[in-house]
Amino acid sequence: MHMSDALVSPLVGAAFWAVSGTALYGSGKGAAREAASGSVPLTGVLGAFIFTVQMINFAIPGTGSSGHLGGGLLLAILLGPQAAFLTLASVLLVQALFFADGGLLALGCNLFNMGFIPAFITFPLIYRPLAARARTAGILLAAVAALGLGAGAVALETRLSGISALPFRTFLAALVPIHLVIGLVEGVATVALVRFLASARPELAEGGPRGGWKAPALVAVLALVTGGGLTWVASRNPDGLEWAILRVAGREPAPAGDPLHRASARAAEAAPLPDYAPKGQAGRAATSRAGLLGGAATLALVALAALGLRALRKTP
Amino acid sequence: MSALASLIPFGTLDELAAADSPVHRLDPRAKLLATALFIVAVASFGRYEVAALAPFALYPAALMALGGIPAGFILSRMLAALPFVLLLAALNPVLDRAPLLTLGPVAISGGWVSFASILMRFALTVGAALVLVATTSMDGVCLGLERLGAPRAFAQQVAFLHRYAFVLGAEALRIHRARTLRAFGGKLTPGEFATLAGNLLLRAWDRARRIHVAMLTRGFTGRFPEPRPLAWGTRDLLFTVLCAAAFAALRVWNLPRILGGLLAGGAP
Repeated sequence: MHMSDALVSPLVGAAFWAVSGTALYGSGKGAAREAASGSVPLTGVLGAFIFTVQMINFAIPGTGSSGHLGGGLLLAILLGPQAAFLTLASVLLVQALFFADGGLLALGCNLFNMGFIPAFITFPLIYRPLAARARTAGILLAAVAALGLGAGAVALETRLSGISALPFRTFLAALVPIHLVIGLVEGVATVALVRFLASARPELAEGGPRGGWKAPALVAVLALVTGGGLTWVASRNPDGLEWAILRVAGREPAPAGDPLHRASARAAEAAPLPDYAPKGQAGRAATSRAGLLGGAATLALVALAALGLRALRKTP
Repeated sequence: MSALASLIPFGTLDELAAADSPVHRLDPRAKLLATALFIVAVASFGRYEVAALAPFALYPAALMALGGIPAGFILSRMLAALPFVLLLAALNPVLDRAPLLTLGPVAISGGWVSFASILMRFALTVGAALVLVATTSMDGVCLGLERLGAPRAFAQQVAFLHRYAFVLGAEALRIHRARTLRAFGGKLTPGEFATLAGNLLLRAWDRARRIHVAMLTRGFTGRFPEPRPLAWGTRDLLFTVLCAAAFAALRVWNLPRILGGLLAGGAP
């Protein structure tokens, strides 16, 4: 459920960056204190482990489909929530940079959906109270809840960004049930791994520093409320940048008198979508032709420039 | 399992990053900042903008040309990441049927325009991120992130992950191949998965301990040494400022519309 830059608006991206960035900063502080005890190479290699294991798909009996581990809950059980969040953040960053899974602007959203929720919400609130008495149930419930909440967050972020035409409820209804099933798969895989560890190396399965999750969770929830509120208000305004320019300039920039500016102003007036509200004006076909022609011409110029630069690079 | 085998071309991005070119020589911080500004600028367009996004292709295209990055390589990487975006975007033409613009006799609905817009944004942002890694190297990106204020523990975490992902990937591939040969094509069940992944985890854990002890005996103090110290020069400043100015200009002025207006002899 990686969000992509193409589907996230800058405001939503920034709001979730604020939340995840705060949590990352807090987790980094916590991890720095433990760095002396050698946890950084350990979490580094564990990050590589999660990265690798995410690529091993296993069959789900009776369904014919397959699933894989997300790893958030497992890491929280093994390392504690802060180190788990830091490790997941590194996995997501490498996925964004190397595999184009998600993007840099959407990284804040992805960190929240796949890292923050399991590490700072379902792990302390669901797994930990249940861990002593009903560990298996705790893992399964925490995993299912994390995936369900994550899917809900994806729908919310998509809705707030307003790039996709999907209605919120339809998207939510499509996204959440399937992720509850995926959450069950994640839970089963985590239970299987924790059991394996408990039999092979009992000391590892019980490990993990406790505590220290409350402060980042509180800050992040506050950030989420303000950030979420901000985007909710601002997303009514289709274009933040134009709004800001209008505010700064105090008025719409007046067109200059030369032919180039006049031509562009005329083209802009008859634009197919003045302020995103199409009107049945005359000349609509002509302007959309001009827009398409201009776009194609621009791309051709870009390609020519790239080829020229390449030739330039090879000659010396 | 094909996903695991795809860890192998993982290496080629690093090989490209080891080359030398004016783009490679730029400070990682300059490229990180420019990429971030680029992505925000591209993402800030309205959902029905397509043509206005076209000139932004100049940034990744120019870096690829100057940095000697083959376009086919970047394109193949993009295609691998396409399905999820395509899935979300493909519903737009179905859901949003209000006609937005006409091309001769054909009316094009808003859904198709936003569909095209999403694909355009996808190509631009993904291209920019891939070009960043292909011309900077992961160690460079980590160093740049740390110097830009990211927590040091995070930057080191990313560097460690990148270092050992190949090692563990190769190990996982070996274990999995052994299992496949003995299982006669049987699919991996959750129980087998736990044994396989658990063994990998134990190996990773032991290896991490050995690595840490080895690093401490060699005098590791919690900081990676810098092979080539970062130096922020005039070129880096110029690059960042020029990129920022160009993105701002392209955001405010719709270049294709101006060009199209000129080519079509001015709109009626």
